[in-house]
Amino acid sequence: MTEEPIISVRGLVTRFGDHTVHDGLNLDVRRGEIIGIVGGSGTGKSVLLQAVVGLLKPKAGQITVFGENVRDTSPQDYRRLRRRWGVMFQDGALFSSLNVQQNVEAPMREQLDISDETRAALAAIKVRMVGLPENALPKMPSELSGGMRKRAGFARAIALDPEIVFLDEPTAGLDPIGAAAFDTLIAQLRRALGLTVFLVTHDLDSLHAICDRVAVLAEGRVLATGTMAEMLNVDHPWVQAYFKGPRARAALAQKEVI
Amino acid sequence: MNTGVRRPAQNALPPQVALVDGVFVLEGDLLIGTIESLDLRQGTAKAIDLSRVSHLDTAGAWAVVTLERRLQTAGLAPVIIGATALQSDLLATLRRNMPEGEPLPMPPLTVADRLEQVGRYVIGSLQKTIAMIGFLGRVMVTIFGLILRPSRIRWTAIVHHMQQVGLNAVPIVSLMAFLIGVVLAFQGAAQLRQFGAEVFVVDLIAISILRELGILLTAIIVAGRSGSAFTAAIGSMKMREEIDAMRTLGLDPVEVLVVPRVIALVLMLPVLGVIANFAGLIGGGLMSWIELGVSPGVFQARLLSNTDVQHFFVGLFKAPFFALIISIVGCFEGMQVKGNAESLGRLTSTSVVVSIFLVIAADALFSIFFAILGV
Repeated sequence: MTEEPIISVRGLVTRFGDHTVHDGLNLDVRRGEIIGIVGGSGTGKSVLLQAVVGLLKPKAGQITVFGENVRDTSPQDYRRLRRRWGVMFQDGALFSSLNVQQNVEAPMREQLDISDETRAALAAIKVRMVGLPENALPKMPSELSGGMRKRAGFARAIALDPEIVFLDEPTAGLDPIGAAAFDTLIAQLRRALGLTVFLVTHDLDSLHAICDRVAVLAEGRVLATGTMAEMLNVDHPWVQAYFKGPRARAALAQKEVI
Repeated sequence: MNTGVRRPAQNALPPQVALVDGVFVLEGDLLIGTIESLDLRQGTAKAIDLSRVSHLDTAGAWAVVTLERRLQTAGLAPVIIGATALQSDLLATLRRNMPEGEPLPMPPLTVADRLEQVGRYVIGSLQKTIAMIGFLGRVMVTIFGLILRPSRIRWTAIVHHMQQVGLNAVPIVSLMAFLIGVVLAFQGAAQLRQFGAEVFVVDLIAISILRELGILLTAIIVAGRSGSAFTAAIGSMKMREEIDAMRTLGLDPVEVLVVPRVIALVLMLPVLGVIANFAGLIGGGLMSWIELGVSPGVFQARLLSNTDVQHFFVGLFKAPFFALIISIVGCFEGMQVKGNAESLGRLTSTSVVVSIFLVIAADALFSIFFAILGV
């Protein structure tokens, strides 16, 4: 199946002052896959996410999503494009002045003209789909635990049934049980909603459990892409250290037991 | 590859429903933006046919499951036919996640609820007042402890804060006082000219600025400028657990953070008050000269002969008290910050409001006090 990639990044260059984050980065994401973006701290994983969703203007390079250029597009086209993806930031980035229900309803309220009852019903479904109890709906973000905030952020990201969701470190700061549950949730919703998932993560367990492919960022570019098994054969010190370190072995062993 | 659950890029087909031989036949795109045009509230059927549905998303599946539920409560057992495997999966996911029962509406507030709110607010304010007085006491005890052991005084921090709250505030404070002097002279001249008593404008400016306005307005500016900065700085340290880290290292946050700020402001506010007095007199004198022709020489002579120096000391006497109020309120509110950013923003604005209010209230008390003393 040779399909047009859903996200395609070509020759991306981003720079903050003198510090070059990406230097000619190329990446393709296929429709329907879960791709894990890994890399050491400061290699620009989150910056790549910001560039792809158009929050950050790169110095050079081409980024196309759904075959349309993200950078050189009219505001109307960008608006239409934006409706087709959802973003979950680290720690959820819920609007602190709105409760969970209003947060999940916010994208529907802004983008669509639908009745209050429909919106409320859909918000309640989305909140249940991400595994939050119904009594979480009227709660304010400050009353939620970190894991619940992430789930609510995920519910907001999928509020409009996007085709792609971008997740920035969804399991960081969760306990192992919560992290595993979140992994399961991502895989489940990917199946149910036919999502493509762009997953920025450090969590080796997540990579083993749900990612179809992994892209390793280092030295300003994508060093290698492929399945977890293929990563073990990449001849690069950082990749070797990352995927063959003690934590990686533990994650792999755990997977084999399961 | 058309999976039947993807949304088309644009131009959705409007969904339609028909009741054919006891079967709901749905067709078109059942999507979040289109399902509302579909009326599924009427009619009964034994089956729901999705074979002509081109696209289905969560909202569309919700509509289908809602229809299915309605038929079930009417005593029927509807079957869904013609759904692709992915559509069936989506419907199953929706069935698992349908909200149970109607959401409960918020009960309206009764009189008792409102009374309870008032009561909670009053008790909360009292507790906060007591806590603030307790904080003042702690700061005082710490300062006396430091007087007994001067080697522990943090001179660098004190000097740093003196620069922040004092030196850096000189431009804004002097400009403000200069303009107040100008306004007083201008407004006073308009009234006094009617009686031919222009020269009394000097007394008006001198007494009001030296005794009241110079120091009061300086305190208000400093409360907005430095009181809020104290709350924000200490509050963000509290948020990032720096205060807890200090305690674990055996450092007393009151001694390290609060006392240098309090001392710096108590030392600098009188200085700022003197600068404001001078700037105000210069502004007033300049305006009297331009507007009334009161020359600087006359202004000076009149100022020296008619305005007792006690007005100046009455004004200056209040400065350290205002400084204490501003710094204690600012630091106290900073210490109240909890782990989230909302409380930091809320308490910073509370800090400014409370300290300005208390400064004005204290000024009123001082007025009564000096009136009784006959000063």
